[in-house]
Amino acid sequence: MYPELGQLALILALLLAVLLSVVPLVGSLTGRDNLQAFARPLTTGMFVFVGLAFAVLTHAFLTDDFSVAYVANNSNSMLPWYYKFSAVWGGHEGSLLLWILMLTGWTMAVAIFSRRLPSVMISQVLSVLGMVSVGFMLFIVVTSNPFDRLLPNVPADGADLNPLLQDFGLIVHPPMLYMGYVGFAVAFAFAIAALINGRLDAAWARWSRPWTTVAWAFLSVGIALGSWWAYYELGWGGWWFWDPVENASLLPWLSGTALMHSLAVTEKRGVFKSWTVLLAIVTFSLSLLGTFLVRSGVLTSVHAFASDPERGTFLLALLAFTIIASLTLYAFRAPVVHVRSRYGSLSREIFLLLNNVLLVSATLLVAVGTLYPLVLDFFDLGKISIGEPFFNLTFSPLAVAAALLLGVGTFSRWKKTDAGWLARKLLWPLAISVLISTAVMVVYGGFKPWAFLGVFSAVWITTATFWDLWDKSSSRKGRIHGLKRQSRSYYGMILGHLGIALTIAGATVVSNYGIERDVRMVPGDIAEVGDYQFVFVGIGERQGKNFTAQYGSFNVMRDGERVAELHPEKRQYAVGMSVMTEADIDGGLFRDIFVAVGERISDNAWAIRLQYKPLIRWLWLGALFMAAGGFLAISDRRYRVRERVAERSGASTELPPAQTDAPGTAGAVS
Amino acid sequence: MHPIRKKRLTIVLFLLVGLSVAVALTTYALRQNINLFYDPSQISAGEAPVDVRIRAGGMVEEGSVVRDPDSLKVAFMVTDYSASVPVEYVGILPDLFAEGQGIVAMGRLNNEGRFVADQVLAKHDENYMPPEVADALEKASKAGSKPAAVNAAPATY
Repeated sequence: MYPELGQLALILALLLAVLLSVVPLVGSLTGRDNLQAFARPLTTGMFVFVGLAFAVLTHAFLTDDFSVAYVANNSNSMLPWYYKFSAVWGGHEGSLLLWILMLTGWTMAVAIFSRRLPSVMISQVLSVLGMVSVGFMLFIVVTSNPFDRLLPNVPADGADLNPLLQDFGLIVHPPMLYMGYVGFAVAFAFAIAALINGRLDAAWARWSRPWTTVAWAFLSVGIALGSWWAYYELGWGGWWFWDPVENASLLPWLSGTALMHSLAVTEKRGVFKSWTVLLAIVTFSLSLLGTFLVRSGVLTSVHAFASDPERGTFLLALLAFTIIASLTLYAFRAPVVHVRSRYGSLSREIFLLLNNVLLVSATLLVAVGTLYPLVLDFFDLGKISIGEPFFNLTFSPLAVAAALLLGVGTFSRWKKTDAGWLARKLLWPLAISVLISTAVMVVYGGFKPWAFLGVFSAVWITTATFWDLWDKSSSRKGRIHGLKRQSRSYYGMILGHLGIALTIAGATVVSNYGIERDVRMVPGDIAEVGDYQFVFVGIGERQGKNFTAQYGSFNVMRDGERVAELHPEKRQYAVGMSVMTEADIDGGLFRDIFVAVGERISDNAWAIRLQYKPLIRWLWLGALFMAAGGFLAISDRRYRVRERVAERSGASTELPPAQTDAPGTAGAVS
Repeated sequence: MHPIRKKRLTIVLFLLVGLSVAVALTTYALRQNINLFYDPSQISAGEAPVDVRIRAGGMVEEGSVVRDPDSLKVAFMVTDYSASVPVEYVGILPDLFAEGQGIVAMGRLNNEGRFVADQVLAKHDENYMPPEVADALEKASKAGSKPAAVNAAPATY
């Protein structure tokens, strides 16, 4: 009974979405307020019904309703309740429903938090979001109904959730990632609405900026969680494989980062408008492309649940339609650039432009590396793969260049920066960075050119960021007063930049100075990894809730003292009989020690993987910093103050042009 | 020249130079790092290049896995049911590596026709079949080899 209600709710939500995508838009084009007034109620209705459908599916999982095919395929009565809950999005249909829930959630949020927007704008934004919802709801209703029943032959028990997905990482990774992916739909909707009514101004940039930032923050966390999960759960200690599925999430992140920065220029200086709109369209298209790649089965990975060709075709059609429609609109409506705003060849505008060029190049590069094999395969021109070396070789120089520019750009001013002044400013940070990077090289033992460049980039960003903060916070009323005077969005920027520095530092050090050894060990053996000795004590057995495990006991010693005792496991799951490697990790801020058990070689000999991973946590810590920076930036006063002012004045929602901004907030970019 | 035009020209030149460097680098990097896939029939027919990093894949032949008890060396046969190729590997095999499973290996073919793998992939799911392997099996079975292969392919896909 319940599952049918869920399906009904989905269909109703689809109908409301159809109405939402037509009625307010027509109202806004014909100037009929009564039609536009439908935008918010329709949004609410859509959100409520999708929420209902999601609740029904969750209920089916928690109550082990195996008459629902999707539940039977992805759950099992032996699963602990939290995995039953996360199994809701452990397969294709459910994760699509989660995606739609988030899309309608974002739409709802736009409806709630955009009271100050002109009603024409809000109607169009919500309509565009409605159209996106229609696409995905059609997809789920037509090809991937999560409520399909297995009647009358209800299985006695479910086929179980893939053991790889029985993990805390899976509970949080997809929701975060989807929040990011789907969040870019809002930036996209704002861009399309602006194109429709031709209002591509600083106010538009100001409205879409916080949405883009939040989406980007979620996506950063989502990607980091995925990487972290791969690190400890796939069992082999890698954190990024340049796997097409990973790249699919990196693509919108890269172009989203570019979008965030170019939105800043558009808001502050009123330039780069057409470019920003294009980036918004591209970023959302890349989110869709990611969904297509991951969900259609053209790629095979832990993420590709089903290789039903119908689904792939549908998604491809959706992607093609979105891109063609929005680019056509763009071609006809993008502003003809006659920007009167002047800026010198050494200005913040130029630095942000270069930032965009580098980020977009990186996006293209990753796209080529990811899509080229697929395209060749599609046209039957051979099966190839493009591996890590390609990405490392091409991505690293771009990352270093972007980092170096970031440091310089931090000090740059809008319009014009004096070259001599800038050079003098950079002298000390440069000296400090060289010194620290050299020290790092000495500590980790051994100079490597790429390692030095990477570490230098990270230190350079950090030094420049703090130097700039020191400069800006000098005040006659004392340092504390000066620090307090800085805006939250400025601090957000600082956090974001420190985050990218942390990530670069972590990635560089762990890939250059990490040690990996695969060894054969029998109980009693000692293996050396760097400064650490691993003593293999023995193998034991234990019983988990839905698995049995053989575990190894290891003592990790350093200078004769025990640092950690680790128990990596080899699990055998009762349902499906699949085997899983659970690595054990002694984590720390400066290094991880990692042990995983491979297969049994002979009676008491085992293949063991031992790893020393310096600074690996910094990678993910950096992403958290970036996300925190994003959230801090959108809590900035200027977004709230304006709102209150607008509410008080009641009628006029027109925002003052951005150029009149106080100099204090002008630094809060990039 | 008008300053605005001059500025635009600089930007355009800048972009052009950047773009061509990027394209050159990318093509270079691509050429160095493309790994072609060969199935066992192609390899045993001598179509695969020797000592070039390639990918090979197929089913692990039943009863062919031999482990060296004193090291991490392992040897096995990869087959598409019409031809087999011996594979050598030193290291830890993935959890889902088993006889009768589909795998993809990265490595180089040596002069004796043995495939020396530096990476063996057997993906995350027991029902998973690498698409290359599925294709290879299909091709081999179409070529009219053992009829058993016809059943083997769709059963695992």
